[in-house]
Amino acid sequence: MAYRIVVIGTSWGGLAALRELVATLPGSFALPVVLVQHRHRQSDHVLATLLQDRAKLKVCEVEDKSPIQPGSIYVAPADYHLLIEADHFALSTEEPVRYSRPSIDVTFTSAADRYGAGTVGVVLTGANADGAAGLERIATRGGLAIVQAPETAESPAMPTAALRSVPNATVLTITGIGALLSGLSVPERAA
Amino acid sequence: MAVPVTPTRSLSGPPVTYDAELERIEIELLLEGIFRHSGFDFRSYAYASIRRRLWKRVEAERLKSMSALQDLVLHDPSALERLLLDLSVSVTSMFRDPGFYQVFRNDVIPILRTYPFIRLWHAGCATGEEVYSTAIVLEEEGLLDRSRIYATDINDNVLQQARAGIFPLNRMQEYTENYIRAGGTRSFSEYYTAKYDGALFSPALTRNTVFAQHNLVTDGSFSEFNVIFCRNVLIYFDRPLQDRVNALFYDSLVMFGLLALGSKESLRFSQYEDCYERLDGGEKIYRKIQ
Repeated sequence: MAYRIVVIGTSWGGLAALRELVATLPGSFALPVVLVQHRHRQSDHVLATLLQDRAKLKVCEVEDKSPIQPGSIYVAPADYHLLIEADHFALSTEEPVRYSRPSIDVTFTSAADRYGAGTVGVVLTGANADGAAGLERIATRGGLAIVQAPETAESPAMPTAALRSVPNATVLTITGIGALLSGLSVPERAA
Repeated sequence: MAVPVTPTRSLSGPPVTYDAELERIEIELLLEGIFRHSGFDFRSYAYASIRRRLWKRVEAERLKSMSALQDLVLHDPSALERLLLDLSVSVTSMFRDPGFYQVFRNDVIPILRTYPFIRLWHAGCATGEEVYSTAIVLEEEGLLDRSRIYATDINDNVLQQARAGIFPLNRMQEYTENYIRAGGTRSFSEYYTAKYDGALFSPALTRNTVFAQHNLVTDGSFSEFNVIFCRNVLIYFDRPLQDRVNALFYDSLVMFGLLALGSKESLRFSQYEDCYERLDGGEKIYRKIQ
């Protein structure tokens, strides 16, 4: 299967996990990577900056209609939902979903419906259940569902909830997730 | 496409047997039907978000498909009304993005002071939270009496709410925080009266405001403005419609007039990019220079 997009969702404890994970991705990584991290609605670009310190890939915060390009890491901006179109991102200020905006479920669902089996979804540490329904949608569409091993997560609630929704998801440590992502097959035009 | 294995739970969306192309056909037929039947044109709205709203409505009406929703809204005027509300309402808050209002107060107000009379347009004002926010800043800076604010929206229901100036009381803590972060120096509660679960804002704030229905998709320019606010409205439009609305804004601004967009919007992908320069301060405030 050739994958086309990686979507990663996390909440409490996510900064450390994301910094570790993005550091493992090689500079030649050929898929777009989309990060949804819950945070305060008035957070600024500091998350992207902190991740850029560690990443070999270019990290940027998404603006409305910005193109989705392989080999870039995109951060969902605070206080917007992030939706996926065929070749670009779209933002929305609709109501928070389960108190979250950005909502991991919204982005995961949007990616699964747009890219189908070409979607890779990753649920990392977090203290709520966001991402579980979205990961289920990814699995339903034939995509790859990955969950951080709950016992290795700073806050196991979110990985645990995701595993309840997708019991046969691939369970790995951050290092393992990085290795798996780095070895994924990608479309030929992007390879 | 792989055959789905498990049913999806509790999330708005299409059924498990999913054909994205067929879904697109159904959505396009539905939007075409709404346009020809009611005149409201959502055909150029950004696909991913309108699709999400439509699925929420399908589920709220306890239906199974877009085609079923089409059947319902074309024959039941109250169902059509509910759908139009879903599609046209944008959600916002008072002093959303306090940093924006700080720049408005510190950098835009001094520019506006140089005009004897100031015309401002809130395009797509929804329930009016940002209209009241700018009115508060203009009032505190002593400019409200020489301002005329036009607040327009496609949806008459939300305009009535905006006119009434009643906002949920349980949002006031958040709005007060925003107001202070935005550089507000008074007590925010001076501006409203709490009653039951609502906060009624002082009618004096809108003494120079005209609320009117205007459709960015189909209507033209109706005046020349010093400032146009259109924050987090264009995100719901596709690129061709964004271009059309950007042309409308360009035509509706005086030379050196200002266009204020949402903090994650930009003119970067627009043909009007070169007609503006961006103000300093990190916000998406553009000044028309040619």
